[in-house]
Amino acid sequence: MKRGTSLQTPEWPVSLLKPQKPGQRVRKASGWRLFLKTVLARAYPRIIGQQREKSWMFFDVFLPLLSVAAYVYIYRAIKAPAEYVGFVVIGGAMTAFWLNVLWSMSSQLYWEKEQGNLALYIIAPNSMMAILLGMALGGLVATTLRALVITVIGSWLFQVPYAISSFIQLFLVFTLALVALYGMGMMSASFFLLLSREAWHWANLAQEPIYLLSGFYFPIKSFSFWIAAGASIIPLTLGLDAMRQLIFPSGAALGFLSVEVEIGALLLMSVLFLLGARALLAYMEKLAIQEGRLTESRR
Amino acid sequence: MEFAIKTENLGRIYKIRGGKKEDPKELVALSGVDLQVGRGELFGLLGPNGAGKTTLIKILTTLLAPTSGRAWVAGFDVTERVNEVRQRINMVSGGESSGYGLLTVRENLWMFAQFYGLSSAEANRRIKALLKVVGLDDRINTKSSDLSTGLRQKMNIVRGFLTDPDVLFLDEPTLSLDVGASRDVRRFVREWVDQDPTRTLLLTTHYMVEAEELCDRVAIINKGRVLACDTPANLKHRLQKDVIYRMEVSPLNSLGTAPFEALPGVRKVVHRPQDGFSVLELILEKDDALSSVVATLTSADKHILNLQKREPTLEDVFVDLVGYSMEEVEQAEAPEASQ
Ligand SMILES: Nc1ncnc2c1ncn2[C@@H]1O[C@H](COP(=O)(O)OP(=O)(O)O)[C@@H](O)[C@H]1O
Ligand SMILES: [Mg+2]
Repeated sequence: MKRGTSLQTPEWPVSLLKPQKPGQRVRKASGWRLFLKTVLARAYPRIIGQQREKSWMFFDVFLPLLSVAAYVYIYRAIKAPAEYVGFVVIGGAMTAFWLNVLWSMSSQLYWEKEQGNLALYIIAPNSMMAILLGMALGGLVATTLRALVITVIGSWLFQVPYAISSFIQLFLVFTLALVALYGMGMMSASFFLLLSREAWHWANLAQEPIYLLSGFYFPIKSFSFWIAAGASIIPLTLGLDAMRQLIFPSGAALGFLSVEVEIGALLLMSVLFLLGARALLAYMEKLAIQEGRLTESRR
Repeated sequence: MEFAIKTENLGRIYKIRGGKKEDPKELVALSGVDLQVGRGELFGLLGPNGAGKTTLIKILTTLLAPTSGRAWVAGFDVTERVNEVRQRINMVSGGESSGYGLLTVRENLWMFAQFYGLSSAEANRRIKALLKVVGLDDRINTKSSDLSTGLRQKMNIVRGFLTDPDVLFLDEPTLSLDVGASRDVRRFVREWVDQDPTRTLLLTTHYMVEAEELCDRVAIINKGRVLACDTPANLKHRLQKDVIYRMEVSPLNSLGTAPFEALPGVRKVVHRPQDGFSVLELILEKDDALSSVVATLTSADKHILNLQKREPTLEDVFVDLVGYSMEEVEQAEAPEASQ
């Protein structure tokens, strides 16, 4: 009998959705499994989807390499120490993360609201933190690909010599700097959503000074202690400083603080930013539900 | 009877902020709503734009807090047991542009299924079946940014059914669909509810036919209030003593409907100006009243082009309850809404 009905209406497979017993539903994961599934699923569009638009090679690799090259030639022209070339290449690669956090991660929730996704994320049975972590993870993986390409091409073009003193510390510094940076991005995502347009002006204003202060293209030791300490709010500042100390032969001499202190500071920032992101996200969701305005794209 | 949805004196007031100095204005979007939707019902909310349908759906889907009253979905309070409610529902709105354009139809749907904890295998199986149902299976690997508005809406509708909810909310599901696609969606919606008596579906619409043909019961809503709630047949039964005519006449222009509504035996008149003629919908207490309508037309030098007696529709019920047609209500609200 079953076969008969499916033969009659082959183009109408609604019977596939009929449960064996009334009230039976598909199995759904919950708890940490659901959390993990959500993180990975939300990372997917970034990790897979974003690579489909081939223009990324131009905007995310070629343009940063151009500014790296500009600095390299300036340094060579003014006969700066040879290590500075390596500094610039690593700085250029890490810039990719900074730009990703500033422009993509921060505006993500705002964009999701405009798109109509935010409401769907809120009503789905998982924490918004999983969604936001997924966005961060996706951005991080996609950007790592870009940073890697910049590092490899830059190092080859400008013949950068490396001498890694501690792989473990390097791994720790790199990981913590990114966790702290993306934690900050997750926090600012809620800020951007709450402030909407105004936040754009801030981001615009912040981009250039932070290039300078974070020492993407030179060591922050060149600043006075207090300016350097202030710039360290941006996790990349200390991250870059520590990484340079660890991978260049004469890096340690140009470092701002000791690597151990910098690792400690990055660890603290990671925790603070992630907790901050969670608190802001909860606040944002509460406000959205109370005022009925944060999920509306039309007002 | 077990309720899938229940509301008690539910209300929502929006605060609208003007300029920096102005005090916020208050807008009553929903007021004193008492509804009970049984398990297994296909329930419709019918009302013009701005009636408060979306506001009600948002409250029931935990997206918006009510400012007064309470509501339960699938047995759980929507403000206190948010997680329990969210595990059992899903929602699709007409005209939404959700998802990621760079992902294919399958990938987008898979992603949303993951957010509800479905296994990838189960998700893919259901995606295939559902895409077939809405006739989108040949687009399974198309980037969603390449879909037309109508096809995108079909994808969104699939997303709602994909997670196998106990209670599904569809906010104007056929908004951007053509006639054929709307019919397919309606047929599917009906079958889905009939397949399993524990499934419940609430949809909003401002298409009379949709409410009339599809829904087990309909609540007519205007200006945030539920004016009537019953089966379409019972709602129309209110007008059983009346007679209804549809009349095409030469353009009424400035004459308006007032002279007709003043006539004895004439309950309501709706005027729909068309290209080169006017349509009058007449709700009359008795057949006799028609002759005085004709006389008024003749004395104003208007010709009758066509006259038809017809059965009452939900549209007539709305006119009877509100005094205006849904279009008239929407036009009256329009300048306010565009502020
Ligand atoms: N977020 C909001 N802030 C302020 N007013 C709103 C908001 N959402 C809807 N409204 C107003 O509330 C009323 C009901 O809107 P809505 O629920 O969207 O009606 P419908 O879905 O029936 O068209 C309308 O007057 C609308 O302008
Ligand atoms: Mg609406």
